[in-house]
Amino acid sequence: MREQVTHPTDPLAEPPLRVVDVAVVGAGPAGMAAAVAAAEAGAGVVLLDAGGQLGGQYWRHPAEAGPDPHGGRGCERGGHGSGPDEHEHGSDEPEPDGPEPDGHGHHGWATFLDLRARIGAAARTGTLEHRPWTSVWLAERDGDLFRLRTTPVPEAPPPHPSPRGDVLARRLVLAPGAYDRQLPVPGWDLPGVVTAGGAQALLKGSGVLVGRRVVVAGTGPFLLPVAAGLADGGAHVVALCEAADPRRWARHAGTALRQGTKLAEAAGYAVRLARHRVRPRTRTVVTEILGTDRVTGARLARVDAAGAVTGPATAVAADSVALGWGFTPQLELPLMLGAATAIGADGSLVVRVDPAQRASVPGLYVAGEATGVGGAALAVAEGHVAGRAAAGAPPDPARRREVLNHRAFARAMHAVYPVPAAWPAWPAGETLVCRCEEVSAATLRTACHDLGADDPRAARSLARVGMGRCQGRVCGWAAASLLAAETGRDLTDDDLLASSRRPLAAHVPLGTLAGLDTAADQEGSTP
Amino acid sequence: MTENPTVAATFDGAPLLGVPGRSVGAALVAAGITSWRTTRRGARPRGLFCGIGVCQDCLLTVDGVPNQRACLVPLAAGMVLESGDGHA
Repeated sequence: MREQVTHPTDPLAEPPLRVVDVAVVGAGPAGMAAAVAAAEAGAGVVLLDAGGQLGGQYWRHPAEAGPDPHGGRGCERGGHGSGPDEHEHGSDEPEPDGPEPDGHGHHGWATFLDLRARIGAAARTGTLEHRPWTSVWLAERDGDLFRLRTTPVPEAPPPHPSPRGDVLARRLVLAPGAYDRQLPVPGWDLPGVVTAGGAQALLKGSGVLVGRRVVVAGTGPFLLPVAAGLADGGAHVVALCEAADPRRWARHAGTALRQGTKLAEAAGYAVRLARHRVRPRTRTVVTEILGTDRVTGARLARVDAAGAVTGPATAVAADSVALGWGFTPQLELPLMLGAATAIGADGSLVVRVDPAQRASVPGLYVAGEATGVGGAALAVAEGHVAGRAAAGAPPDPARRREVLNHRAFARAMHAVYPVPAAWPAWPAGETLVCRCEEVSAATLRTACHDLGADDPRAARSLARVGMGRCQGRVCGWAAASLLAAETGRDLTDDDLLASSRRPLAAHVPLGTLAGLDTAADQEGSTP
Repeated sequence: MTENPTVAATFDGAPLLGVPGRSVGAALVAAGITSWRTTRRGARPRGLFCGIGVCQDCLLTVDGVPNQRACLVPLAAGMVLESGDGHA
């Protein structure tokens, strides 16, 4: 790897850190593509990821067999605890002649295998180092460089990754991805209720069905593969509830037709669902999840175009419910570095980037869902653009065109599958908004109207919304949106910034914080 | 799904079978166990929710170490799993 030795500013950090050309955070579609593009353009790359194997959430797949079948370790995690030099043989990648991971049910699997092979090739030449099970919990400027503070993911299996955790990089590509956006509904805190992505992760990562009788509900095309995967796996999809009316695609026919593979993908899910006699119910939402200590059913109701309930609810029996309302980008790291943001086409806070995926901070590139939710193909294209740019290579016009086309499709998709405008009227008083701190909609409304907590910052201090273990990751968007609705105004960039900024991007052992000689340890505390 | 070797762990003293390397949370769900901690305020049962390490709802104790996300911990033979997040 091309690198130089520098004297770290932190006297406690030993030995002196190497400076890497490009650090990439996140090994999903965007991060993998960025790492490949940067490495193949000649840059030395470190690819940091919280996951144990490449692929991120989108290409999550069962743990690949480790080299020792009797070691009680079924997952690929070579390279843990090894020094950087030991990575030169690509030891953290599966052997080329090893078993192929199962790509069943995966779209773009050939793309994954191609990117993974190229990452492996770059690792073998020493150009790239992949560090799995590694959380980046703080990102900061260090002169002209970026300093990333990392820690092993607490759940990483032994042998544990090295706790020595700083990475210094000239350029930084952040590809942090996204997680399911949630809207609170009565009973959504019952065991048996999962996010749509959670149901998918169980299936794709472990081959486990979340339940035998499942309701899938929310909005967006992601509900289709979730329902189809569950049905293919043998679950009874009791209801597939789509709040939107997909016939609105007719207004975007031109954009849709230019993305033929996506239409074919959607048609494929429709065929699979039809085979299992699952007929999507459009303009239908879950108004209540039933059960005392676990899910026993759900009430479903029709809604109008704005999301207002128009008819009586019908109850269905179910043992689990999977909910998803699009996605929320993970913005802790870009926000820490001061990257400028905007509200994206789906109402999420996103990082503003230029055509080279450059954020407003010099040397910082952002790719994938963090710049606007748009799916894996867009993320891969953005990753390629960002990786090349970060390595100082000239742009590839074909990749930029791909970004523009996928972005246009994403805008149309968000127009067809919006979060229903009327949703803030759904949560009854006792419905929990913040699951961690168990703050109800009634408490939040009271804090808003009686205590003047009419924005997320005030609601945090006065009603403890978003103050719990997840730090508002799950309820942040919904709480901000609910407060905006209660006060009769539009959701703003500031509202979402208030619920998206976090002093630390990941949970950190207190000992690590205690050894840190910066202001961060005064702000940060792990719940 | 491909067939995989099964290992035995224990959950609150009872045997729990699962595929090594796949998540502890998945093994619990596959065994029909949907909750393994209770909330501090309302004492409400919680289990897997986001499934990808974000929500912190699925915490449990693994080999004596509290506050581990069941959705992320790879299951290993002989693992001792205990309900509760260590704050009870």
